[in-house]
Amino acid sequence: MRFSGFRVVKEALTGHKGWTPLWRTPDPKPAYDIVIVGGGGHGLATAFYLAKTFGRLNVAVLEKGWLGSGNIGRNTTIIRSNYLLPGNEPFYEFSMKLWENLEQDTNFNSMVSQRGIINLIHSDAQRDAYRRRGNAMHLAGAGGTLLSRDQLRDMVPFLNFDNARFPIKGGLLQPRAGTARHDGVAWGYARGADMRGVDIIQNCEVTGFRIESGKLCGVETSRGYIGARKVGVAVAGSSGRVMAMAGMRLPIESHVLQAFVSEGLKPTVPGVITFGAGHFYVSQSDKGGLVFGGDIDGYNSYAQRGNLPVVEDVLEGGMALMPMIGRARLLRAWGGVMDMSMDGSPIIDKTHVDGLFFNGGWCYGGFKATPASGFAFAHLLATGRPHETATAYRLDRFSRGHVIDEKGAGAQPNLH
Amino acid sequence: MLIPHPLLGLRDAQEFTYLGDASLMNRPDPGAPDAEAAFCDYVFLRDNPAGVHRELWFHEQGDRSWLVVTRNTLTHEILGAELAADVKVGGVK
Repeated sequence: MRFSGFRVVKEALTGHKGWTPLWRTPDPKPAYDIVIVGGGGHGLATAFYLAKTFGRLNVAVLEKGWLGSGNIGRNTTIIRSNYLLPGNEPFYEFSMKLWENLEQDTNFNSMVSQRGIINLIHSDAQRDAYRRRGNAMHLAGAGGTLLSRDQLRDMVPFLNFDNARFPIKGGLLQPRAGTARHDGVAWGYARGADMRGVDIIQNCEVTGFRIESGKLCGVETSRGYIGARKVGVAVAGSSGRVMAMAGMRLPIESHVLQAFVSEGLKPTVPGVITFGAGHFYVSQSDKGGLVFGGDIDGYNSYAQRGNLPVVEDVLEGGMALMPMIGRARLLRAWGGVMDMSMDGSPIIDKTHVDGLFFNGGWCYGGFKATPASGFAFAHLLATGRPHETATAYRLDRFSRGHVIDEKGAGAQPNLH
Repeated sequence: MLIPHPLLGLRDAQEFTYLGDASLMNRPDPGAPDAEAAFCDYVFLRDNPAGVHRELWFHEQGDRSWLVVTRNTLTHEILGAELAADVKVGGVK
């Protein structure tokens, strides 16, 4: 069933009797060519591109809970490609291009909204750094504009420009960035993959890997053994404990990141705004709630909930940047579990086990990467070679000394 | 979170800085033949368990001692805290 304007009108006139479920609920087959572990954004995108671009049809996605119940349901929905380093910037720009065509590709309304992102500048040194970053973005085709203080005042007059400690001196704008409806992304990819024959199996937890003489044969699950020629693990947040079942230690710690949403307000914040001095970012959802977040809690956690000190820290950042936020009531707060990798950058690679592939270490940048992550992982699973934009995301980059230290914080996940 | 400091009693976790897995106290021998690989594992690889985790917390805003805190990463429940110096003498698991 394809969605279209004609279809909506037809259903409206015939009592909405023609809608069907977006995907099937099949029982697992005894074996597949490729099994994806993890039915979140990245796993579903991988399955979608495997089926659509690489023609792999005998594919299953295994999800231990319900589809999209992990980090794709727990983020702040920002999409952007304003990166700096050569190992990163082309990959995120590739992702941005896929976002721009996502709804046509999946025939699903994922509410991709290119409302722009502004990174604020508070010092001359920061202006130099953002000018350099903007140049790196232009080299990758991502675009970007350096805004003066006066231009910013016209766009976002409600910010506290004359904050004594962190006066706002300008900003770096990426107009093509914005937000997307996170659940819609998961549902769109799931439906698109299902329509092309991928089996999406929910409530099916992987409990072990069957490995014989260094070669992967399949996965043990809560619904029995499933054979597979190749297995791709895309369970960011739980990467440590899932890959431990295959006997691997990863350069990853799991930390919790909290996000917040206010009561619904009239349209106020035009795009995404990030506070360059502290760590605070805010946008407004289509329902009107201000969506914002800040730093991770900073210690290992699988709890999917945070603690109050970070709530206070985030709200202080919000008040310093945007004093009027103090008049809005906080509606909800939640926590997602992040794979904090040792250099702050992701990993997409094959492992030492023949047939076992790994995708993880997204830190808090996983949502914006969803399409490119899925495409690059599908490329790796289908061809055995890394996608051209993901060649730097190797597992052994730490031992080779080729870390991608975007934030320059070293091997300290709680500082990224 | 409140950390039961062995000398000072319950202290707010905000007074501390976190450094991660307590096994970081076991620095590899730089003279060993496999020292390069051992140090790479030491610096970058982690067990990352979901459940009980022994970890290092530095009482930066307090008495500047290092503690080994035993904590459940699924629930944030703190099961105990020892002075890292005492643990070092006894050896870290």
